[in-house]
Amino acid sequence: MRVGFVLSEMVTGLRRNVTMSLAVVLVTMVSLFFFGAGLLVQKQVDILKGDWYDRVQVSIFMCGSESREDLCPGGAITDTQRDDLREALNADPRVAEVFYESQQDAFANFREQFDPSVADNVSPDQLPESFRVRLVDPEGYLEVSEDFAGYPGVEDVPDQRAILQPLFTVLNVATQIALGLAAVMLLCSMMLVSTTIRLTAFSRRRETTIMRLVGASRALIQLPFVLEGVVASLIGGLLASGALWVMVNFGVSRLRSRPGFTTRLIDTNDVLTQTGPVIVAVGVVFAIIASFISLRRWLKV
Amino acid sequence: MITFEHVSKSYGEGHRPALAEVTLQIDKGDFVFLVGPSGSGKSTFLRLILKEEKASGGSVQVAGRDVGRMRSWKVPQLRRQIGVVFQDFRLLADKTVYENVAFALQVLGKPRHVIAQTVPETLGLVGLGGKEKRRPHELSGGEQQRVAIARAFVNRPSLLLADEPTGNLDPETSVGIMKLLDRINRTGTTIVMATHDDDIVDQMRKRVVELRDGKVVRDEDRGVYGSGR
Repeated sequence: MRVGFVLSEMVTGLRRNVTMSLAVVLVTMVSLFFFGAGLLVQKQVDILKGDWYDRVQVSIFMCGSESREDLCPGGAITDTQRDDLREALNADPRVAEVFYESQQDAFANFREQFDPSVADNVSPDQLPESFRVRLVDPEGYLEVSEDFAGYPGVEDVPDQRAILQPLFTVLNVATQIALGLAAVMLLCSMMLVSTTIRLTAFSRRRETTIMRLVGASRALIQLPFVLEGVVASLIGGLLASGALWVMVNFGVSRLRSRPGFTTRLIDTNDVLTQTGPVIVAVGVVFAIIASFISLRRWLKV
Repeated sequence: MITFEHVSKSYGEGHRPALAEVTLQIDKGDFVFLVGPSGSGKSTFLRLILKEEKASGGSVQVAGRDVGRMRSWKVPQLRRQIGVVFQDFRLLADKTVYENVAFALQVLGKPRHVIAQTVPETLGLVGLGGKEKRRPHELSGGEQQRVAIARAFVNRPSLLLADEPTGNLDPETSVGIMKLLDRINRTGTTIVMATHDDDIVDQMRKRVVELRDGKVVRDEDRGVYGSGR
């Protein structure tokens, strides 16, 4: 009985301020869309990091005749030094596999990767020989590279993870912009919910006065107002989830179908199981908070 | 039923107090007229009983409960024992007569079958049988006030407060309303009615409490409106 009563009061309220309710729905939708987009970009960053870091090898470049003197004070690596290094790598429990890339191998790879106009200007002895090391646990990258950087005859152990850093920076900035917009829009939607409640409380003051006088509980008087905001935000959140799903399904999926694109990308499943529920929940919680704050101001009980 | 002990109420610094040191006892089953000029404190008196206002000093007891110390979440329980009628009826224009009266029970969560039984009964009592489906604007002023009384009484409160209930009605209609209130009083319901209507007070010969500048200046059984002047 009372459930039916509260629901019918809520529907009446929503119908009475259609434009305001619509405004709440749309603003909530836009704010939650940006919020969700930020979450998805972060999710993509995490995937990229995980995938990339898993694939990372430790490359130990050895001193050659062309090496810089401050890095290789002893000149090119000697055969003994090379053997010592190989032995140390093979003995290390953190190392899964070791490949040796000679200067000739490096030259061959170089010619494969680059245009002949560039490759013709390079000779094998300008390229360093190296050990390519696959790790048991890629997370332990830093310690391994630090340990071997100090070996005699080693020129450099570059941090490959730094290669993707600019990309991550761009994505992080994108996330921050999206979240910033989301915060502003969420604030707007909270103020809209508050204004809507103020209007509704005013237009329904006859009903609420009577309810108060006949002894209706505070919850019963306030619930329809709170539910109005919650339902509007719920619809906004669902629409935002739908928009994200469309974006991921048609935008990101098209990227994936391009030949040669092997990176793992976010998919619609992420929207349905993670981002969607999160943004809907955030929208609803914000609506509840906004409702209670404004009810205290505008609805005397 | 109602006990005021040295009750004062002022609406802020610099204002003359609306009630000053009012001490008054109203017993169960009483019918009391509250008279006095506008601004004499009649409405404040009623609002204190309902805990729409909080007294600045003294204690207000209603049905054995200290209203001043009552927790806010218990106030609805207090109001369920009190029916209220106003000069301007305060009916819901988009609801029928039946729905207006049923509304008071719905918000208290009464079961459907109770509502279906009590509402027609109460409408019959106030003389509106057969008009359940009308809307307020289709009714005369007297009939609208009867709907309001039905709504106030449908939960069978032990106390009925009326703030100028005949203020918008012609003398003949007012008599009908007073007969109705008298009948409700005979069921044992305490009635406190604030009014300016001297004819009615003189006719009814009930207890009269006169307020002036927030003070009780007269309290007599079977009194008339003007004898204090």
